[in-house]
Parts: sequence; structure tokens; C-alpha cells
Amino acid sequence: MNDSAAIETTDLTRSFIDNPAVDHLNLRIRKGELFGLVGPDGAGKTTTMRLLAAILEPSAGDATVAGHSIRNDAESVKEKIGYMPQRFGLYEDLTVMENILFYADLYGVSRRERPPRIERLLGFSNLAPFKDRLAGKLSGGMKQKLGLACALVHTPEVLLLDEPTNGVDPVSRRDFWKILYGLLKEGITIFVSTAYLDEAERCMRVGLMHKGRIMMLDEPSAIKRSLPGSMIEFGARNARAAAGIVRAAPGVRSVSVYGDRLHVLLDDRAQAGHVRNALDVAGVGVLSEREILPSLEDVFISMVGK
Amino acid sequence: MLNETDGSPINHNSIAVKVTGLTRAFGEFIAVDSIDLEVRRGEIFGFLGPNGAGKSTTIKMLCGLLAPSSGSGTVGGYDIATRSEDIKKNIGYMSQRFSLYDDLTVEENIRFFSGIYTIPAADRTARSEWVLEMAGLRERRSALTRELPGGFKQRLALGCAMLHKPDILFLDEPTSGVDPVSRRSFWDMISGMARAGTTVFVTTHYMDEADYCDRLALIYRGRIIAEGTPGELRQKHMQREVLEIETDRLVDALDVLGSNNIDSSIFGSVLHATVDDQMRAEQKIRERLSSAGITVTRIEKIVPSLEDVFVTLIESA
Repeated sequence: MNDSAAIETTDLTRSFIDNPAVDHLNLRIRKGELFGLVGPDGAGKTTTMRLLAAILEPSAGDATVAGHSIRNDAESVKEKIGYMPQRFGLYEDLTVMENILFYADLYGVSRRERPPRIERLLGFSNLAPFKDRLAGKLSGGMKQKLGLACALVHTPEVLLLDEPTNGVDPVSRRDFWKILYGLLKEGITIFVSTAYLDEAERCMRVGLMHKGRIMMLDEPSAIKRSLPGSMIEFGARNARAAAGIVRAAPGVRSVSVYGDRLHVLLDDRAQAGHVRNALDVAGVGVLSEREILPSLEDVFISMVGK
Repeated sequence: MLNETDGSPINHNSIAVKVTGLTRAFGEFIAVDSIDLEVRRGEIFGFLGPNGAGKSTTIKMLCGLLAPSSGSGTVGGYDIATRSEDIKKNIGYMSQRFSLYDDLTVEENIRFFSGIYTIPAADRTARSEWVLEMAGLRERRSALTRELPGGFKQRLALGCAMLHKPDILFLDEPTSGVDPVSRRSFWDMISGMARAGTTVFVTTHYMDEADYCDRLALIYRGRIIAEGTPGELRQKHMQREVLEIETDRLVDALDVLGSNNIDSSIFGSVLHATVDDQMRAEQKIRERLSSAGITVTRIEKIVPSLEDVFVTLIESA
């Protein structure tokens, strides 16, 4: 991996009527990196994407994307990036091939370059057998792949994907990520936003965004290790009924019920005994107890609160 | 187990939903192909499957909205073929596109649905307060629904689906497009309902959510291909193993494994490879990576995620 930056933001800020949607963002994404921007609705993810895609002007600060300033050189940025917004503009009454050709026109891809490039796009997106199908007749997962193919028709250096797998089933989601890995091999930098933290674990680094600010930025495993306290999984035959009892035990910060298991976040590992006692007193049998690594979701929720 | 609200025992052995050989064809296409399901009272039952697998068709039949082509079943003790009106009175249903009125306030929406469910006038205030409390919407009762943050809308929709205190709740992808913090508080709400004795039948795409369920069934091409608790699915149905591989060159390593037909993905700074035989695969991975000049610092077996299980089952179905 190359250490030079594909995206670098400096106090990037965008306000909508005094309300900062993106608030002094300082990010540095390396070339060839797969970076995930994670946060709840309204955190500022889409605004960040639109700023980086140079289709929205910053209120303050600047960003360099693929070597060009979004403030002073927006047109050059647009030529170097592929941007797939949440509602990618596919033409449902055009075929797969016609959609790709339309975007090739839009990006001014030369006639000579088109055939090999389109063949490759159809190949890696597994859309070749469907090239004559109307886009409106594709499944959700296939539409996402076509959107991606269209966003890549001009071989961009940086790919910006805004919640690309929203509403897509797990099998299609995996396919989609495989395609992204294929692009990494070619050296493309991928900046992807998602509201799903299990998906964020696939990124090389993750930024947790909340209220326009990045609250934490690191590798997923480092983020998980950063959660203060200790996460203990208790197996119990009637875990759901036990949740209320556990919540009241000393040192318990949060409790989540997963079927027959409780995930209990404690200030300290040593306090697990209190939880066990509380459960014993209530007549709830503890079947198992082990320390587990918190999920990204656990970290996120403990940071932004309920 | 004791019921949290009144201390009465909940009989987990009694059955809330039972179907046998349930089938629905649309012309030549068999959307649901002779499935058997049994959901116990007070259970959170997760019904999983990719788009078009038959999830929504099944839910529609269970809710009495669509007649089965063949097979039989009961919901809340009522026959789905003959007693669909009784079923509708005893279930709550919330779909991905719940029909709240955006230009009504929270309280007005609740009042509107109280009318639809013909809640007696004398009970309406109390029932409305109960819903507001459960959904954490007391302070927002006069807010326009349109102006509610996404997660609160979901909870209001769930509250409205619970106004008539149904025994069984059907949720069809209730958290689609909801952010992580809201999703977790939504599941807390569902968990509270199950604790109070409501049976919850839920479909979801998100495998991390499947872990909230007591039991799961996986449907694919109209057939149930696996069933069990999340733990059982991980143990019994995952014939393949997942190895975590740490190297000095992530993307190059992924490329080498891919060209050797080893199914692998990036997870942060490591790779996860799904393999048939740990010993043989580990040796092969070490050989191939080292001959490409890549240093392997660690390989270890990890607990597969439900998504791993799900994808493996579907690929081998």
C-alpha cells in the first residue's frame, strides 16, 4: 500500500443554516485504502460524501481528492472519482448495456476505449449474461452492481460509495464486497459509508461519525479493544427475564439480550461475580460465562449513548 | 420462566404458530414449497432468507392475507384457511413500509390506529399512554411524525401495531434502513415484548440481528434449509471452517488466495478464509503466501458469524 493520500480533508465544514452537518473534519485516506465511514442517520455521512464528490461546496475548510482541491478544482475532482449516491440514477427503461453506454457518454469515454472497458465492467460485476435486460427488471443486488459499473466507467482513482448495500440481502452483499476487493487490487481507493457495523468490519480502517464529527478512527480491531471495561457473555436458560436483574447489579453499564445469552458491559472484569450472585439469588441459572471482544456496535453505542 | 409483568408462568411449550406442508404457487412459480414451521409462545423467531426466497409470501399466508395453495396451519390456535378474521384480530403486523401518516402528530397516529383496531373508547387513553411509554415517545407525543428521527418512526409504527395487544407480532424487515443506535433500542423494545409474553415472528436481512432471536429458520427458494438456535446453526450447519489470517500485505494476500480458489475476504487488517478442512487449507495457505513472498504472522480458526453460516448454506443448497 502506498502511503500518499488519496483523500485529505482540512477542517472541512458544511453548515445548513447555522447547523454544521459536517464539522471540522480532518481525515487522511491512503491510496489503495478501503475506508469505512460509519454513523447513524443524520450523522453527516452523505454530506461528507457529497463534499468529497465536489458536488457540494464547503462552508469552510477544504479537501484534496485524487490530488485536486474540491474548492478550487471541482471539475478535475469529478473526472478522477466515481460516486455512487444512495439513489443512483439508473434508467429503468434502458437495458444494462444502454445504462453503461449512457454513463460512458456522460464521462466522455472515447469510442476506442469503450469496448474493452465495458467488457471488463460486465465481467467483474457478473452482469454479462444480463446485458440486454432492462435495468428495471434487475434484482436489488444486481441494480447495485450496475450502479457500481456505471460509476467506474471512466476508471476513477477514488470511489465514493454512499450506503451501497442498504436493503441488499447477505448473499448479494458478499458479492458486492468481493467486487470491491477486486478493485483494491487495481489500486483504487474506496471510501464507503454504511449504517451497518458488521459490514464496517470489512474495511481496513473505520471512522465513527456522530453529529458531524469523527469520534474515533482506527482499524476495527483497535476500535473494539478501545472500549473501556469488560464485555462478558452469560448464557442463561431464561436470559430475557434475567436482563432486568442484571441491569441493577453494581458495575453494570449495559445489557443486551441475544436469545439465550446476555452481553453485559462491566466497568471491571472483577464485577462479574456480582452479576452471577444477582442471577443466583433470582433463581436464574448461569450456564456459561466468558469474556468476549465487544462488537463495533457495542463501542459505537457506548460512545453516542442511547 | 416467569412473566415479568404479573409473575405468572409462561408456557413455552404451547405453540403460537404451526404450519405443515405450507405451499403457495403463483402460476408455475412455487414461492413457498411445502414448509413446516413451529413457533412457541413468547419466542422471538427469526425468519431469514435472501430477497425473493419466500419470506413475505409466508408471512402473508400466516397473517391471513393470502390463501395457501396447499398445506395447513394455525396461528394463535386459529386455522389459517378458515379463520383468517380471528387471526387478524389476534396478531400485529408491521411491514418495512409501515403506513404512518406523516402529517399527523405521534398521538394523532395512535388515535387513528385505535380507531382502525376498534379499541373501546374507554380504553383508548390508557392504551395510548402504554404505547407512548413502550416506544419512548412520551416527550414527543405532539411532534409531527414527519419530523421524527428514523428510529422513533419505527418504534411508533411498532407501537401502533401493538395497540390491540396482539398475542403474536409479525415484523417484516422492521429495521431496514435504521441506524445502529436506533436498531438496538428497537430490539430492546421487541425483547421487552417477548418478556411480557408476546410471540415475535420477524424477518431480517441483517445477520447480526439474527443473534437477537431465540430460534431461526432459513428459507431459500421456497424451502426451509436450516433451523435451530443461533448457537446450533453455528455448530451443526457450518460444515466449513473460517480461518483468520494475518499477513504483512493484505491486498496482495487476498489476490494470491483468490487465484488459488480460496474464498477469502478482508476484515480490517486481517483476512477471513472459508475452508473445508482446516489442516490442509492452513498448509496450502502458508505455502502459497510464502512462495509469493508474503509473510504470514498468524493463522487461527475463529467462530463463524451467522452470515458465514447463512452464505455457506445457501451456496451449498
